[in-house]
Amino acid sequence: MTAASPTDDPSWRLFQQRFGALRRARQIETGLTVAAVVVLFVFASIWTDFSPEKILRGAPRIGEYFGKLLSIEPKGVAAPIPVLALPHLFGGVKEPQSLAYWFYRFNVYAALLWQTIEMAILATALGSGAAFALSFPATGRFVGNRAVVFVTRRLLELMRTIPQVVLAFILVWPFGIGPLAGIVAIAVHSTGALGKLFCELNENADTRPVEGIRSVGGSWLAQMRYGVVPQVTPGFLSYALLRFEVNVRSSTIIGFVGAGGIGQELKRVIGFNIYEEVSAICILILLIVVVIDLLSERIRHHFIGALA
Amino acid sequence: MSGGLDIAAERARHPEAFRGKGWLGWLLFAGVFGYLFYLMWLFDFGRVFTSLANVWVIVGLMLDWSGIADWDHAELWRSMLETVAMAYLGTMLAVVLAVPLGFLGASNVIPQRVFRFFTRRLFDGLRGLDQLIWALVFVRAMGLGPIAGILAIAVVETGVLAKLFAEAVENIDRGQVEGITAVGAGLAGRLRFAMLPQVLPVMISQALYSIESNAREATILGLVGAGGIGLRLSERIQINAWDQVAYVIVLILISVALIDTTSRYLRLRLIGAVN
Repeated sequence: MTAASPTDDPSWRLFQQRFGALRRARQIETGLTVAAVVVLFVFASIWTDFSPEKILRGAPRIGEYFGKLLSIEPKGVAAPIPVLALPHLFGGVKEPQSLAYWFYRFNVYAALLWQTIEMAILATALGSGAAFALSFPATGRFVGNRAVVFVTRRLLELMRTIPQVVLAFILVWPFGIGPLAGIVAIAVHSTGALGKLFCELNENADTRPVEGIRSVGGSWLAQMRYGVVPQVTPGFLSYALLRFEVNVRSSTIIGFVGAGGIGQELKRVIGFNIYEEVSAICILILLIVVVIDLLSERIRHHFIGALA
Repeated sequence: MSGGLDIAAERARHPEAFRGKGWLGWLLFAGVFGYLFYLMWLFDFGRVFTSLANVWVIVGLMLDWSGIADWDHAELWRSMLETVAMAYLGTMLAVVLAVPLGFLGASNVIPQRVFRFFTRRLFDGLRGLDQLIWALVFVRAMGLGPIAGILAIAVVETGVLAKLFAEAVENIDRGQVEGITAVGAGLAGRLRFAMLPQVLPVMISQALYSIESNAREATILGLVGAGGIGLRLSERIQINAWDQVAYVIVLILISVALIDTTSRYLRLRLIGAVN
């Protein structure tokens, strides 16, 4: 009698059978998922008139456009030359291929960038103020009246779901072209977004201070002011600063619909094909966004960490 | 005997509990509010209140949907679907580009510091400019239409996803990689059998989330001419057809909510299947 091979074992064969079935099921599921993704891709391509061939045909034009963004045609030069060149890098405003020549309207950009940041500051302040006020009636634990909670929550939801650029575009009609429409649009969106986050902080706050104040006869306002606010302030400030970073980005583009800031100037130079200014402004926007992000991260870590 | 507290006595006993902000705190407080009021004056914030009447006129016009039968519903719905298709195509193109870029940017795949620095800066650069800026540039380069929007979404999302994928690859369990290496697998084997199975669920879940957020973003790309519902919205704002503007906004809100729900369901199912 030969030694029983492990493959003769019925439990082994059962294992093989079950494993095979499981594996086939997984393969079929994966295949179906991939097929669904591909079918959707094809359908979406037909719907939007998109094809790789079109991209390939357009690629040279994109390359050409980006090339133009980084080249200049000063008077007396036949062909476009790169926007920067090492020998001229630190030359004066009149010297082509120098940084100063590229950014010759730096003072205009700087003023607009500063306006953009100020728009973001005001919008963040207004938005966090409104969100602060609305977050208490939106917190179910603090309000007995269900209707108040429901209405405030739906209001906050509406504020954050309407795209802010659309809102700015609409507000340009009553408020006129300029930063005001942008500020209000960003502030409304911030109210909705921050209101939700503040509300979550309130939900997680310790209720014992609130009960303590209620037990000595404090009013609802006093309960909120002395029982909740000291607990949630560090979180509120941290979220508000994060929102400020987002709002700086938003205020750079809100000008595309005429609502002020550097975006309005960027749209103008793109429209008039002033290529080297397009790249100059884009670089400045990129720089300012990175700088604000770094600064705000520092503040959040140092100060708010100390408060908490 | 009265049950009340003698506040004055308590104040004398625990001065630190009753201490105010101090003059520095008040100065900071006044400075911040002074600056905010200066900004309000600078941006002529009072105009918000003087123009409020105009806002109510627009809101009133928005709520009057009596002409609903005459609106071009077919065009609006087609554009809405086009927006969703743009978000899907843009995100899918980004996924295809971001998977290899994510592996290239991960320090446990390519350990060279300099290389990693440059790939990370590339991702930052793609992400740093808003989609709307890219869309505006692509509209100038490729002409009006959804293709400019798809490219704008693809470029920005490549930066976002490549960074997230690279982080996911860096956070994998090293044990499986070592095991596969120990039985003699090369780089391709390590990628396919040790790394990919660990990061694939994260990647798919993140891609779904990106489709969701891009569908929201894509609704505004049309405002600069990059196709989709935004284009229709922009036309209607320009001719002051406020009732249709409101209708389009409602359409956007419903579609976004639908996509959110579907995507959340798929993500939860996926995570459930993995665990």
